[in-house]
Amino acid sequence: MTTTTEPRVVTPSPVTAPSLARLTGVELRKLVDTRAGRWLLITIGLIAVALAVVQLFVLDDVQQTFQNFFDPSLLPISLLLPVLGILSITAEWSQRTALTTFTLTPRRERVILAKLGAVLLAALASVLVSLAVAAVFTLLARATGGAGGWDLEWASVPHAAVFQIASVLMGAGFGLLLLNTPLAIVTYLLLPTVWTILSGLIRALREPARWLDTSSTMQPLVTSEVTALQWGRLAVSLLVWVAVPLAAGLWRALRREVS
Amino acid sequence: MIAVDHLTKRYGPHAVVEDVSFRCEPGTVTGFLGPNGAGKSTTMRMICGLTPPTSGTATVAGRPFRQLPNPGREIGVLLDASAQHAGRTGREALTLAARTQGVDSDRVAAVLDLVGLNAVAARRRVGAYSLGMRQRLGLALALLGDPRVLILDEPANGLDPEGIYWMRGLLRDFADRGGTVLLSSHLLREVEAVADRLVVIGGGRIVAQGGKDELLAGTGTLVRARDQHALRLTLDRAGLDATAGTDGGFVVRAEAGAVGQAAADAGLVLTELRPAGSGGLEQLFLTLTAGASTKEAVR
Repeated sequence: MTTTTEPRVVTPSPVTAPSLARLTGVELRKLVDTRAGRWLLITIGLIAVALAVVQLFVLDDVQQTFQNFFDPSLLPISLLLPVLGILSITAEWSQRTALTTFTLTPRRERVILAKLGAVLLAALASVLVSLAVAAVFTLLARATGGAGGWDLEWASVPHAAVFQIASVLMGAGFGLLLLNTPLAIVTYLLLPTVWTILSGLIRALREPARWLDTSSTMQPLVTSEVTALQWGRLAVSLLVWVAVPLAAGLWRALRREVS
Repeated sequence: MIAVDHLTKRYGPHAVVEDVSFRCEPGTVTGFLGPNGAGKSTTMRMICGLTPPTSGTATVAGRPFRQLPNPGREIGVLLDASAQHAGRTGREALTLAARTQGVDSDRVAAVLDLVGLNAVAARRRVGAYSLGMRQRLGLALALLGDPRVLILDEPANGLDPEGIYWMRGLLRDFADRGGTVLLSSHLLREVEAVADRLVVIGGGRIVAQGGKDELLAGTGTLVRARDQHALRLTLDRAGLDATAGTDGGFVVRAEAGAVGQAAADAGLVLTELRPAGSGGLEQLFLTLTAGASTKEAVR
């Protein structure tokens, strides 16, 4: 009953694959085009501002400097950036948009690279936000009788960038590995606590924890001075908690059935 | 042009799709029919590179889907209208797809207009859409890149009768302009009205395929009498293979002449005697897929 005719010759298509830059642009847009995404970004900004307001009241006048507004603003942001990293990946699966995304771009590794690029840019932007908030509050401090010094250890800016990029990529790695929003967020948030509890209970874990517990290895990045040993510890911990989840997650996402 | 060759998908020992092969030619609408769980969606996902097949191959426009550089420009796909981010507006979902494909943003307004989503609907979040509106949005997404091939899984789901009629016209027109359409459905009537060719699948296997007319032709004669019971006895006595139709008549595997003669010999009053046509297709569909419907794809 089958009828087959010679397949017609299909004219070669002039269409080209979307560039990685274009895909990254699309992924950046996805970070802000839903209410959840917008509010996450707004919350990140608000928390930085709120912390600075508190400092304006509690810090001694002499301590109200640009540097002292800048450094602490990194910490709350670094808590929420991983959530952004996680959501950027897992939303495709929980909202099932992966079906459209991977149909339009079947080379999934390009989509994932674009997502990593987008959250990396978001992390860099967050450092600019920290700088802007610190600048505004330094001016406010001057106006309200604080020292308002503009001195800034320049090394602290690249350190901050590494800090935030590592945070967001760690989130993305967890998201990619687990492909499930609540699971990835809970695992990510529990990890430092688990380290604290375990290394408190088991003496033998204390030394490895100094190399593996990201909450302690990343701490020096919030300052302007990082020693070679601290860089080494940071590298080891990031290899374990960023590079490995990203690699394993990529392997999984490329093969996983999309339905 | 869609070519599917010996596609098989197993989950453990359970075969959801087994040795499925068919072709969809330019200028035709192919109806992919089967009860729920027959393997239609899995086959379509394999064609689109979303599900890796256990064995077999599928190509679209001469290439495996995953090797197409920018598939949206060549193949419009609608696999699940509900697979949209609830928090995005309809227009935004289309804009993202347009940017990915490198399609001019004018196309977004054009396809919204084409599928009948007005400006108010386009500004609403997809979470607030009815299923029918999601189907329209899904069709808009599929048509966005001005493709030559359409792959649509149950596109009429949730559409009102007017919407179904409109979609038929759209697909017919698309095929008449040289496009290739593969659409699936578990509802015969829906496909019958628009398809040129039919591929019927049951329990993961193809049970019939061919031109619609060809499939319909061999399905016999529909006969109805005032005394249905007597008609049944008469047909049995005459050795004519008859099955009770869904609406009271019998579908007989014989020509109208033979059936009429048997009835006349028995002195029966016939109220209807005609080629089975769509009723026959329904019969065919029910017989071919009998028992298969209960085998829902378990995964």
